[in-house]
Amino acid sequence: MKRRDFVGLTSLAAGALFLPGIPSFGGTLVDPERLLETVDPALKKRLADAALNAAKSAGATYADVRIGRYLNQSIFTREKQVQNIASGESYGAGVRVLANGNWGFAATNTVTEAGLAKAAQLAVAIAKANAKVQKGQVNLAPQQGYGEVSWKTPIQQSAFEVPIAQKVELLLAANAKALDNGASFVNSSLFQINEQKYFASTDGSYIDQDVHRIWPTFGVTAVDRASGKFRTREALSAPMGLGYEYLTPKAADKIAGPAGTGLIGYKNSYDMLEDAALAAQQAKGKLTAKSVTPGKYDIVLDPNHLGLTIHESIGHATELDRVLGYEANYAGTSFATLEWKAKKQPYGSKLVNIFADKTQPGSLGAVGYDDEGVKTKQWDIIKDGTLVDYQKIRDQAAIVGQEESDGCCYAQSWQDVQFQRMANISLKPGQQKMSVDDMIKGVDKGIYIAGRGSYSIDQQRYNFQFGGTVFYAIEKGKIVGQLEDVAYQANTQEFWNSCAAICDESDYRLFGSFFDGKGQPSQVSAVSHGSSTTRFNGVNIINTARKVG
Amino acid sequence: MAILSKDEAQNILKKVLSFSTADECEATLSGQTGGNVRSARNAISTSGAVDNVQLSVEARFGKRSGVATCNEFDDATLRRCVQRVEEIARLAPESPEYMPLLGPQQYLDGSKAFVQSTANITPDYRAQQTAASLNLCEKRKLTSAGFLNDTAGFTARRNSKGLEAYQPYTSLEYSVTVRTPDGTGSGYAVADYNDASKFDAGRLTQIAADKAAGSVAAKAIEPGKYTVILEPAASVELLSNMMESMDARAAGEGRSFLSKKGGGIKKGEKLFDERVSIYSDPSSADLPGRVFAGDGRPQKRVAWIEKGVVKNLYSSRFWAQKAGIPDLPAPGGWIMEGGTQSVQDMIKGTAKGILVTRLWYIRAVDPQTLLYTGLTRDGTFYIENGKIKHPVKNFRFNESPIIMLNNLEALGKPQRVDGNLVPPLKIREFTFTSLSDAV
Repeated sequence: MKRRDFVGLTSLAAGALFLPGIPSFGGTLVDPERLLETVDPALKKRLADAALNAAKSAGATYADVRIGRYLNQSIFTREKQVQNIASGESYGAGVRVLANGNWGFAATNTVTEAGLAKAAQLAVAIAKANAKVQKGQVNLAPQQGYGEVSWKTPIQQSAFEVPIAQKVELLLAANAKALDNGASFVNSSLFQINEQKYFASTDGSYIDQDVHRIWPTFGVTAVDRASGKFRTREALSAPMGLGYEYLTPKAADKIAGPAGTGLIGYKNSYDMLEDAALAAQQAKGKLTAKSVTPGKYDIVLDPNHLGLTIHESIGHATELDRVLGYEANYAGTSFATLEWKAKKQPYGSKLVNIFADKTQPGSLGAVGYDDEGVKTKQWDIIKDGTLVDYQKIRDQAAIVGQEESDGCCYAQSWQDVQFQRMANISLKPGQQKMSVDDMIKGVDKGIYIAGRGSYSIDQQRYNFQFGGTVFYAIEKGKIVGQLEDVAYQANTQEFWNSCAAICDESDYRLFGSFFDGKGQPSQVSAVSHGSSTTRFNGVNIINTARKVG
Repeated sequence: MAILSKDEAQNILKKVLSFSTADECEATLSGQTGGNVRSARNAISTSGAVDNVQLSVEARFGKRSGVATCNEFDDATLRRCVQRVEEIARLAPESPEYMPLLGPQQYLDGSKAFVQSTANITPDYRAQQTAASLNLCEKRKLTSAGFLNDTAGFTARRNSKGLEAYQPYTSLEYSVTVRTPDGTGSGYAVADYNDASKFDAGRLTQIAADKAAGSVAAKAIEPGKYTVILEPAASVELLSNMMESMDARAAGEGRSFLSKKGGGIKKGEKLFDERVSIYSDPSSADLPGRVFAGDGRPQKRVAWIEKGVVKNLYSSRFWAQKAGIPDLPAPGGWIMEGGTQSVQDMIKGTAKGILVTRLWYIRAVDPQTLLYTGLTRDGTFYIENGKIKHPVKNFRFNESPIIMLNNLEALGKPQRVDGNLVPPLKIREFTFTSLSDAV
């Protein structure tokens, strides 16, 4: 099968070329109808065998092949108009081999038996060339073959099956809600992803997977021309491993936020119109909100905010490739070295239990098997405040004396080599019954923070600073009004050791990062972080207001 | 296939336009070829190669438009591409921000952006350069991690209104982080070129290695306001963020640091020290750039900030017309004027201060004031009486480039970094807000 000769297209308004500020997924722009197509697994098996046989004939001791159709659609609007709609497809195959003890990788978009065989031969040639200048050898954890298996994200409705007009209508309706509630400007967007991935290896696996993700979001801006002040409130949706059903709001998925805020937490479905209306009111509220007095506060963090703090201060810090130095030139290393772990120093308070997982339904990281053919699982990272494990893949397990991968290997497309990526890293809910209002009742001087804002952390994951989307002052157990200019600065270990209370499971929700970057050349991946609302005591709050001009 | 000549590229584009029946049609052909090598723990970790050509076609009927892409160039494919995009354009809603396609344009000579030696780079060259870095670190008992990436490419454009554009280009980027084996010292160097013959991984690794060895046993000093010397690799991202915020539409809509109280924009206002001048010039010998923007508009020499005064803002064609301002695309790279002093000269002239090699994880805190936060990294040193006294632990900063460029003490000789020319900057009262244990 040869797909290079297809013609792609996009529709509506101006094309992406006119919109340099707007992110694009890449791939070839295609007819939206094309996003509904699939490739026959029997054909993919024949193609995969051609690659594996060619690799073995050329001298590979191990080979895997990933044949992937990576499909995406993004819709951008502002106020009453559509800015851009783009549907993309990227189809090809990547072959990874071990030869003379070293990795080699090559990719091709000529998806024919001959094309894949040629890529396999090139991968072996690269592995052999690298082996000449390398001193060590790859030690790959053994992996059983699964035979012919398949997995699909448990969605109710593919977002690609929903007419574009219906999706545009939803975004424009959300914009109208924001404008009706006093927004000066509103930008909204909808990102949809489908990865049709076929993995095969010389271990004897032939794994066909159909992975779906979705992210509706917006930014609402209020401008006060007289004072020259402007403030933006971002959506409180989460990118999810769900289909279009995420955009059909269900009462059972709504969790009331703290009394006095009007906020609503969303579980497995999202009410975009409701959130857009509240966003406009809160954006206006931010224009006149009290500027925070810096100092120590007890902070209460909503799951839609805390997820990013977990991501940066625990998720990245416990990736074994960072710990070992493979990311030293880009994102950096980690304080949580093998030596540090051996000392069993407290990462957090006894309440802190963090687990990694690649299986939670609705999460961005959920797949049946990772991109090197390992069945996914859930495992502990921090138990009762102590670091107990890392996130690792097949060529890292032996380095820490383990015998199997954790199943968190991923490549953003067929043309990129797979490497260790963050699993869903989540905080276990509190064991005792506690709602967010129960939690706030116990806070004398505090700040409640929801949504993601500015975030920055050092290259070894010690010192971080986080803002948020909305802030509320807590005084004597009650929310007393919006705050502005808030950011907290902390050290990872001090922060997690100040964890004083966690709401129960009924408050548990997922936060997500759709475009987590790592590696050189940089690759993105999508990952979720679950938590319930959590309290941290005595955290350093700074005031971020400045006067310029 | 990746690097087509002007004639080869324009012949394909002419054919595309000849197949079109739309009111307006524009086609863009672009290609890149190149490769990369990544290393860590004193060994090559990954390597890859890129070779790609892509055609993008836009068709318009009145104010309706559609865009399509393809990556095969036989007549049947091209014809089908044009037919399908025209079908889509007919079905599209009218764009309220429609602007007619540009007619013929005059472009600067862009030939200096392409250097044959860079286009000739082989896998062996990449391996040799990387090996030079790895060997140097091994000899000095240090640990190296680096990334080398080179590209040769072209962009060609043609439309039914008579616009015709073509430019080839080359680039090479290299960065290296060197650490001591015990993790107590770290250094960094980075550079980019059009001309690979100027590149020497060993020389850059030497700089990073010296910083790594010199940053061991860093002392903690109190955070606060300090005089700093920001090397170009440290200041470039803050300044780039400021330049990327000079969009006329955001300013006009009241949501930019360049929005005026009560309405209007701060064009013509003096916002910075009078020694601050930033311009773009694609014909610069030191920074040859793209001579046309992504929408075909010419890139020319443009003063953005001159003697501290905001001279121009960039804009879409639609907004420029609506607001009645010059129709200037965002620059590809920018040049900040500086002086003649080296970083060493600037250290000699400093009684007390901090030398910053690099700033990291920079994120916007407040778009209203352009307040950013981030951290120092890979070589932070205390200066006393004109000399580096000792390494210091890294800091978190919270600072705005607007404030920074008002607290200017001195500018050094501009260096090329991240596609820009940036002088080392000596700044007083730079705000460090906390310490970091990170090395």
